[in-house]
Amino acid sequence: MSFTTELMTGAVLGGTPILYAALGESVSERAGVINLGTEGSMLVGALAGYAVTAESGNPWIGLAGAALGGALLSSIHGFFVLWRKTNQLATGLVVLFLALGLTSLFGVNYVQSTINSFQSIDVPLLSNIPFFGEVFFQQTAPVYVSYALVPLLSLFLFRTRPGLYVRAAGERAQVLTTYGRPVRLVQMLAVVGGGALAGIGGGVLSTAYTNAWFENMVQGRGFVAVAVAVFAARSPYKVMAGAYLFGAAFALSPLLQVRGVGINQFALDALPYVLVIVVLTVIGRRGTSPAPEGLQAVFEGGASQ
Amino acid sequence: MRQRKRARAGVIGILTAAVMSIGFTAISAIPMTAAGAATTCGKGADTVGFIFVGPKNDYGYNQAAYDGAMAIKKKFPKVKVLTAENVPENDDATRVMESMVSKGADIIFATSYGHLDPALKVAANHPDVCVVQQGNFIKGDVPDNAGTYFGTVYEPVYLAGIAAGEATKSNKLGYVYALPIPQTIANINAFELGAQSVNPDAKVYTVATSAWCDPSKQADAANSLIGQGVDVITQHQDCTSTITKIANEKGVGVVGYHADASSLAPKTWITGSQWDWAPLYTDIMKTILAGKFTGSEFNDNYRVGYKTGQNPFVQSPYGKGVTQATKDLIAQKLTEISTTGSPFAGPVKTQSGGTMFPAGDIPDYAAIEAANTQFVQGVVGDLPKS
Repeated sequence: MSFTTELMTGAVLGGTPILYAALGESVSERAGVINLGTEGSMLVGALAGYAVTAESGNPWIGLAGAALGGALLSSIHGFFVLWRKTNQLATGLVVLFLALGLTSLFGVNYVQSTINSFQSIDVPLLSNIPFFGEVFFQQTAPVYVSYALVPLLSLFLFRTRPGLYVRAAGERAQVLTTYGRPVRLVQMLAVVGGGALAGIGGGVLSTAYTNAWFENMVQGRGFVAVAVAVFAARSPYKVMAGAYLFGAAFALSPLLQVRGVGINQFALDALPYVLVIVVLTVIGRRGTSPAPEGLQAVFEGGASQ
Repeated sequence: MRQRKRARAGVIGILTAAVMSIGFTAISAIPMTAAGAATTCGKGADTVGFIFVGPKNDYGYNQAAYDGAMAIKKKFPKVKVLTAENVPENDDATRVMESMVSKGADIIFATSYGHLDPALKVAANHPDVCVVQQGNFIKGDVPDNAGTYFGTVYEPVYLAGIAAGEATKSNKLGYVYALPIPQTIANINAFELGAQSVNPDAKVYTVATSAWCDPSKQADAANSLIGQGVDVITQHQDCTSTITKIANEKGVGVVGYHADASSLAPKTWITGSQWDWAPLYTDIMKTILAGKFTGSEFNDNYRVGYKTGQNPFVQSPYGKGVTQATKDLIAQKLTEISTTGSPFAGPVKTQSGGTMFPAGDIPDYAAIEAANTQFVQGVVGDLPKS
């Protein structure tokens, strides 16, 4: 495989967990709730996905467990933020640290277990296309599911009535109230749904990517997902591109190293984070990433609505 | 309104502070003991403290050290064993050790490479406490109550390199490591030298992950190596299962590190190196409890190897693909290293073609540790400069 093919294959492989989590965060933020606990939901998802797969022998059931775990954790965030009016940023961090503690406690028994993980499947015909086929169609099943999820989520957000409610909750909650819709319930469902997607992202990490569970194994990818959601303006297609961009940034270092390219390893490791700063700066200047109005309040005053 | 905002900011501050302190093990006031006249450290101690950089169940380095601590608990029933996991390699380690001392610990085992500086601080504060550190090297004068100890990890790694050199068909071996510390560089070099000794064309391709346990980066590293045609892979990481499983799935040979992971790679396991700390920990404990630490071999940069016997780093079982001829050859090399030889027996050339050890030179442990700041010829990859 050529360098570019390998880089792009690695970008899709490593970008997919971030993609799921960033899609989830996008839904949550569209409804006006920023969830820094996304990292925590990914951790819980990674453990739940791994543990359920280990117990059931089926990684699909594992992913269902991952979704449930991520959803449960984010419901804690939703409850405090929406019903107790706590600060969204601080609550998200507390939820993350709760997840860190809980997963290292309950994960102990699964560090040494083995699972029947997702294997890569070559899609007939499509996988034979030069470059494109190798990059996109020699992957695992959860990657293929994400290809379908992106347009579906875009349709949901911009073409359906529930999607409109989600966006309205984030932009002008009063409008939703005027129409007799329960704002908090809509927001809660968005947060929980977002958490479920982040959980699946974590599950993909443990059952289709690393095939392992270790304490704190998400290593900041949840925060990267939040950054992707923000700079991709919470739009599913842009989120997909952003997630793959970060996947590529993570994949680049080992690819250069095995070729003996003399670039400082530590500089390469910083690349994904430098990328965040660069992209945010560029977007900030162009003003093309308007946050939902409900979210602007979070950054300016700490209010949740 | 403004006041409310400020109150909120205060809450955030408190929460952040709370959050930051999670993960740090018990923090207590630091008792300052004046450095007085030389005392016998740790004599008849009733409490010993162990600190680990990672979780005790990482299937790797920390688990091996923890198992050693548990062996001490069993061997010395009268001694109370304190343990602290996930102790970072910075001043938090000092605080954790100080808190152990205040709980009565007279002996401290600081088991990670980066725990050395904090350990030396604690040793300076408490002349009556023996502090031993695993894996690092005290430069200059060794204090009366401190020392480092380690196995010569590169010896079994060299032997495993022989098996890898015999097993490879592509002549490309892969090494995933975390950070370019001398111990790791020596391992990579020994692996290459072992492989070279039976297969002059064997090259070792290296990838650094900059983290002791980040499974996603490990997966990327393994995939990149396999993409380059590497058909035997080994690693120096604290958690090892991700790379082992990927290699097994892709039909790539596995040489283990830290622990026997042959059950994770039933198809492609070759061999590996693993820890057995109990005998060495026991010896150190006995010496300290008898009040004989100062001036002993442990009051130094103590290295146990095949020559001294009791190397805590031993060979893992062989996989099914290893031939009897290879096993015999390795047994013969083991005898050689245990008597007159060395994995780094000259001539050894550096990556850039210079001389690391001239022909006929049989360097000792200290010389090997000092020389391994660069790769040997046959290793592909650049050492990051920090």
